[in-house]
Amino acid sequence: MTALTTKASPTGQVGDAPKRKAKPRAHWRERLRRDWPLLLMAAPMMILVWGFWWIPALGNVIAFQDYKPFTGGIFGSRLVGFTHFQVLFSDSEFVRAVVNTLSITAFQLVFYFPVPIALALLMHSLVSERLRSMLQSVVYLPYFFSWVLVIAIFQQMLGGAGLLSQVLRANGFEGVDWMTDPDTFILLVTSQAIWKEAGFGAIIFLAALAAIDPNQYEAAAVDGAGRWRRLWHITLPGIRPVIVLLLILRLGDALNVGFEQFFLQRSAVGTQASEVFDTFVYYSGIRTGDFDYGAAAGLFKGVVGLVLILAANRFAHMLGERGVYSK
Amino acid sequence: MKATRPAWEEKPTAAGQAVKAASIVVIALLILFPLYTIALTSLSSGETVNRVGGLVVWPGDGITFSAYEQMFRNPVVLRSLIVSLGITAVGTVISVVVSILGAYSLSRPGSFGHKTILFSVLLMFVIFPGLIPVYLWVSAIGLRDNYLAVILPMAVSAFNVVVLRAFFMSIPQELFDSARIDGAGEFRVLWQIVTPLSKAVIAVVTLFYAVAYWNNWFNAFLYLDDTSKWPLALVLRTYVVESAPLPQASGLQDAPPTLAVKMAIVMVAIIPALVIYPFVQKHFKKGVIIGAVKG
Repeated sequence: MTALTTKASPTGQVGDAPKRKAKPRAHWRERLRRDWPLLLMAAPMMILVWGFWWIPALGNVIAFQDYKPFTGGIFGSRLVGFTHFQVLFSDSEFVRAVVNTLSITAFQLVFYFPVPIALALLMHSLVSERLRSMLQSVVYLPYFFSWVLVIAIFQQMLGGAGLLSQVLRANGFEGVDWMTDPDTFILLVTSQAIWKEAGFGAIIFLAALAAIDPNQYEAAAVDGAGRWRRLWHITLPGIRPVIVLLLILRLGDALNVGFEQFFLQRSAVGTQASEVFDTFVYYSGIRTGDFDYGAAAGLFKGVVGLVLILAANRFAHMLGERGVYSK
Repeated sequence: MKATRPAWEEKPTAAGQAVKAASIVVIALLILFPLYTIALTSLSSGETVNRVGGLVVWPGDGITFSAYEQMFRNPVVLRSLIVSLGITAVGTVISVVVSILGAYSLSRPGSFGHKTILFSVLLMFVIFPGLIPVYLWVSAIGLRDNYLAVILPMAVSAFNVVVLRAFFMSIPQELFDSARIDGAGEFRVLWQIVTPLSKAVIAVVTLFYAVAYWNNWFNAFLYLDDTSKWPLALVLRTYVVESAPLPQASGLQDAPPTLAVKMAIVMVAIIPALVIYPFVQKHFKKGVIIGAVKG
């Protein structure tokens, strides 16, 4: 496993961490004497990482237990094997949450994924540095708003009492309420995601675009390639590694469509359209108190997600791309 | 990149220029117009809002700060604002200090325990403990109704640590070697050599942490049963998104406020991002946060 890098390399690949040769290994006692200040520095981070990530992760055993929070606890509850998982797969609400999650992922793959690329191409094509910089400032901004804010803003614009309805009614039309309509919910969440995150998502493509050697364009232009051919034969191949990388990350994340956005709109839209994996875990586990059952759903998601990301990475290697990680 | 078109490039077509200009205007309006009308409504009087029947679009009716006055007289909002500022300040300091120390320790391959520490951070990208085990654990160790429950579970972001580490590793090794020959210990090297060279990346990571704390409401929702401890984002959710009073509120004035006051709360939630953002934004372009997770 290698590290993350801060600059896009000339090939447009965003993952070439500077390799640094480790010194020949000394005896562990000598290394300990030499490196104890580094261990001291890592200690607070390790306490937090283990204390709030890896130790609670062990609590997933309750997915295999008849967990009794008060009388049994994690050590005193009976093991029941895969019972919760069997119940899960025959639970129509769980199936619906899975179907909704996958539909939203598929929909956003088609309608969200290309937007940051298009935005980056647009910004990259601007000759005026000032205009580009102003546009960047504007499109990055919503990324720093919370989902609560984004949904409040959408409510004020597109909700039943929102600005759009207000204008429609003032002109003798009927108002609309897209914030509570289950039929258009998938459109709503996708436009919210685009509004909030597409601009910031363009950064990585902008860096890849900036890393393409301008001489290539010049040579192609001299050889008579027009702007569309240059786009097709130089620009797109130049950013392809980044596109593949992000596509893999998204596919590996197929079960993850976000929690807050759906949780916040669940009561307004109804569970039929808005129940996704994460909201199912919350409601079945914490809200109803069936912690073992909710943990089973969460663990299932975690395991499938891990398999997906490994498979997507293997697939990228097969295509000759670098993928997310290599050995 | 120069601000002129290179000589070999053909002149742009008029239609192409028009499409480009139109898309820029539309994109900018889609983002800025909602913010403008929310800001204007928060600055309008109750009568104007009632007459218009919703959000105010035309600035003809004058500007008043009465919604903000009303908001700050509401003890629920004022208290939650102070709570949010406190959580953000304390949490960001903890996170940034812990992350810089940890990332520096991780920037030295071959040191004692390096692989173990690196793996326990990198695996956070692909393996998640899950909502319910964390919820039970945080409740079990007695952090319910404690502000630490809002801070500690999100104090270390693997992404931010890895960004810092990558930057630290790109600093030329010779600088460290010469400092060590002069007898500087690790803490001194970090403080006097590494941090001054890494101001930009530290600024960006600080922004990310601060924004995460300021925007977080779900941890507070899970772990803070006492509504008087709620941060602004959670009050915003209850008053504005749900249009409901706070649950189990004490005898305080606690009806969901008028539209102008709601928009004033939205503005207060947005303003910190608007204020800090320009100072940090210039660093984005330097490629500081460009990075993909090389798991």
